[in-house]
Amino acid sequence: MKLVVVAGTPGSGKTSVLLHTIKALKRRGNKPAVVKVDCLWTDDDKRFGRLDVPIRVGLARDMCPDHFTIYNTEPMLQWAEEEGANVLLNETAGLCLRCAPYPDSCLAVCVIDVTTGPNTPLKVGPLLTTADIVVMTKGDIVSQAEREVFRERVLEVNPDSLVVEANGLSGKGAIELAELIEDGVEAGEDMVLRYNPPLAICTLCSGEKRVERKYHMGVLRHLDGFMEYKGE
Amino acid sequence: MSNSIKLTIIGGVNKDGTKEPVDRVEVNPGDILGIVGPTGSGKSTLIDDIEQLAQGDTPTERRILINDEEPDAKMRVDPRLKLIAQLSQNMHFLADMSVSEFLQMHARSRGKDPELMHKVIELANILTGEPIHEDDHLTVLSGGQSRSLMTADIAVISDSPIVLIDEIENAGIKKQDALALLAGEGKIVVVVTHDPVLALMASRRIVIKNGGMSDIITTSTEEKNVGNRVSEVDNWMMDLREIIRRGEIVEGVV
Ligand SMILES: Nc1nc2c(ncn2[C@@H]2O[C@H](COP(=O)(O)OP(=O)(O)OP(=O)(O)O)[C@@H](O)[C@H]2O)c(=O)[nH]1
Ligand SMILES: Nc1ncnc2c1ncn2[C@@H]1O[C@H](COP(=O)(O)OP(=O)(O)OP(=O)(O)O)[C@@H](O)[C@H]1O
Ligand SMILES: [Mg+2]
Ligand SMILES: [Mg+2]
Ligand SMILES: [Zn+2]
Ligand SMILES: [Zn+2]
Repeated sequence: MKLVVVAGTPGSGKTSVLLHTIKALKRRGNKPAVVKVDCLWTDDDKRFGRLDVPIRVGLARDMCPDHFTIYNTEPMLQWAEEEGANVLLNETAGLCLRCAPYPDSCLAVCVIDVTTGPNTPLKVGPLLTTADIVVMTKGDIVSQAEREVFRERVLEVNPDSLVVEANGLSGKGAIELAELIEDGVEAGEDMVLRYNPPLAICTLCSGEKRVERKYHMGVLRHLDGFMEYKGE
Repeated sequence: MSNSIKLTIIGGVNKDGTKEPVDRVEVNPGDILGIVGPTGSGKSTLIDDIEQLAQGDTPTERRILINDEEPDAKMRVDPRLKLIAQLSQNMHFLADMSVSEFLQMHARSRGKDPELMHKVIELANILTGEPIHEDDHLTVLSGGQSRSLMTADIAVISDSPIVLIDEIENAGIKKQDALALLAGEGKIVVVVTHDPVLALMASRRIVIKNGGMSDIITTSTEEKNVGNRVSEVDNWMMDLREIIRRGEIVEGVV
């Protein structure tokens, strides 16, 4: 089973690009299955559903959607296996720019919208810097020069990535992506995350709602960047 | 290198999926090829196919050959190896950067000297009315200023053997100067246009209908003569436009 983790900011075009990629994968004789993880609500399953592929939705609700994705990866792979798939496409919610839900033996795809401007690659963090493939979408809305500048910025922060210029409306880039998926690694037994999960050990993590500093314990980072440990 | 490039368009399908009537177009260095047709017919789509060196993987199913061969995958994506510069129909920049920062970064992406930005700004200011400054933010430039900057950027930084131009006449800039600047020497120029002056400057023009290339017309000597006359009228219009722009009176100038 090949595992493809497709991450990227909300609305960047993940589903649109995946829909074309699924068609290309199927034409080439593959059996893709899709899992969409979101926070509260999604209708992506209806869009994928039209393509007649096995589809499952996971809602993380009050959990970090990326954490939810990570510890559910194994059950997802098991489900895809039972569905007779040979590729599992996992579209994440992509809200948390601190987490990067990519295990080592997967094809890590980061989808990024060029209309958000060439400073975006600097802001996206590990989602982008630890990806194998960076898919640039919505290039139809900007000039060729802007696409080239954006690509340069992506390669500045992730020099080893392969950049694919795709279009979620026309399907540009889908065949290239399907080929890269076919060449991708098989999901392994003892998968390890590529990037450290965040330091999530403050009082807010365990349900504190009061705002004043005195109520907060654990590892706290001050506005000036200073970190302290408060507690036992 | 630019002299050895030949561009071939292999026909695909119309919007309804039927085969498009023109099934092969070859373009050689120094040729200006026009693209004409009603709005929404698929003119921009054709030059997008050329820009991305389509290999049957776009909705039109067209294929683009360079020197009679399917181009290398790297040539399709790496700006340092790109043979194609494109001035698209977009009238505005979305990048939140200053003019100088953007141009320097674009030069780097194409493997060129970042200092070329001064030349780009200088050229752009010949085409546009209000001058562009290097610390201006891209997003505050007007449509005409943006088009001028995009044009100059292509002439200097994206300087490539194949140039694709989408409707340069609508930007309120000096279109013939802009075309001359973009065409350079011995380049292949493909220009989408609704403008008779530009269409008749081309040696051939492809007619697009319903998403497909329906015909290809060679500009006859007779048409060239018409073109020259239209061009005179057009220059006169341009002069009048400049007078009006300067806030002067046109009485008695005829
Ligand atoms: N112009 C243009 N629009 C696009 C492109 N790709 C996607 N879109 C549009 O962008 C919007 C969001 O696309 P989606 O595919 O739903 O994005 P997503 O990343 O899956 O969104 P979430 O799952 O909600 O995070 C839709 O309206 C798409 O039609 C593109 O290449 N060009
Ligand atoms: N051969 C084709 N098959 C399928 N769709 C097509 C084809 N050609 C064009 N289209 C679609 O038709 C629409 C209009 O095309 P396009 O924008 O290229 O028109 P245009 O001639 O450039 O129009 P304008 O003069 O308004 O700029 C687009 O959505 C495009 O994807
Ligand atoms: Mg989606
Ligand atoms: Mg157009
Ligand atoms: Zn998180
Ligand atoms: Zn916390």
